Amino acid sequence: MGKVNILLAGIVAGILALVLVKFGNPLNMGFCIACFLRDIAGSLGLHQAVKVQYMRPEILGLALGALAASLLNREFRTVGGSAPLIRFALGFFAIIGFLAFLGCPLRMILRLAGGDLNAVLGLAGLTAGVLCGVFLINKGYSLGRSQPQGKAGGYIFPGLVLILLLFAVTKPAFLLASKEGPGSMYAPLVLALAAGLLVGFLAQRSRLCLVGGIRDFVLFRDTYLLIGLAAIFATVLLGNLLMHTFNFGFANQPVAHTDGLWNFMGMALGGLACVLLGGCPLRQLVSAAEGNTDSALTVLGMLIGAATAHNFGLAASTQGVSPAGQAAVLGGLAVVFLIGACSRSAIKVKGSAADNSSAVAGQ
Amino acid sequence: MAMLVDTRGLLCPEPLLLVKQEMSRLGGKGKMAVLVDSGAAKENISRLAQNQGWEIAVDQQEGFTRLILTK
Repeated sequence: MGKVNILLAGIVAGILALVLVKFGNPLNMGFCIACFLRDIAGSLGLHQAVKVQYMRPEILGLALGALAASLLNREFRTVGGSAPLIRFALGFFAIIGFLAFLGCPLRMILRLAGGDLNAVLGLAGLTAGVLCGVFLINKGYSLGRSQPQGKAGGYIFPGLVLILLLFAVTKPAFLLASKEGPGSMYAPLVLALAAGLLVGFLAQRSRLCLVGGIRDFVLFRDTYLLIGLAAIFATVLLGNLLMHTFNFGFANQPVAHTDGLWNFMGMALGGLACVLLGGCPLRQLVSAAEGNTDSALTVLGMLIGAATAHNFGLAASTQGVSPAGQAAVLGGLAVVFLIGACSRSAIKVKGSAADNSSAVAGQ
Repeated sequence: MAMLVDTRGLLCPEPLLLVKQEMSRLGGKGKMAVLVDSGAAKENISRLAQNQGWEIAVDQQEGFTRLILTK
């Protein structure tokens, strides 16, 4: 698999992120898995923060685009059973961290490319979290193997997404929508859905993962995924410069705060949890759409985490992170680190003749 | 006698890590069979092997792929 796929995925994601902002999304928020899951949680009434409630079609498109790609390439497989509840908890705490920063790793790149220097501290935190995760992996961390499962299980997540898409299109009365704030800012449904579909398709083909980019470089000096990250950054930076939307500095950044310590700590929590999960929120979403029921549960953990963050006042506002939010990030770091330190693999390389495929297939 | 590295059911970066550990245990050359069941792992392992000069034979099985790496 050449590097063209990942480069293309990064450039297209970058261009569409710019387009979505141009057509109504909040600034530096063409895509943000954490923010959009939070908006979706709000639209379903799972939290009552009136400024962040909207059924984001981007997320639904990302999942369905990845589903289409995996079906077309015969990569759709229902698997699961690798510590599902632990993955739910890791997804939950990852979002607690990301919402302290106000963005997932993807939005962190978009914020960097928009000139938001607070995201530099986010990147430093994310890298610290990834390094901590790599340390645990090198110590033998593993959540164990998933197993093939009955085919129906893999379609539950895409089915849920289709139902949410039906809600997004028909706008039933119970679906909440912000009248002000970030939730009230959105690109037209068809555009947002199409952008999601395309990026989801390309992300599935290229395995695009923002956390994986840093992780693989640290672990293997492998730059493949890092190319995707760099392509998004370069594309969006160029676009912002050309459109005069590049706003360099710490202060007055859109949907951001200037509390450097908690920008760092939030992303450290998210980065650590994501390395232990095997990928960033985007990658979890794609993996869930490919039939991985553990990843589907991770996404549900993120959704509930987002609702919890707003119900209990843990998510950051543009003023910063509340004492409760700071306590949640520290508590989350402790829980996630303990999970990482206590989950040990019994997986060993086997010393047997492996040229007999039937012996292998039968095990 | 080839070693068998079964990465099936494992998420990134474990498959690649297991293969890399086995490569260094073999002293950078030899033969191993790797079982993979995800496209990402298959591509990652193929890329690592290619970069380090291993030859790759692909054997598609029902539900997974067997990669034979030799150097």
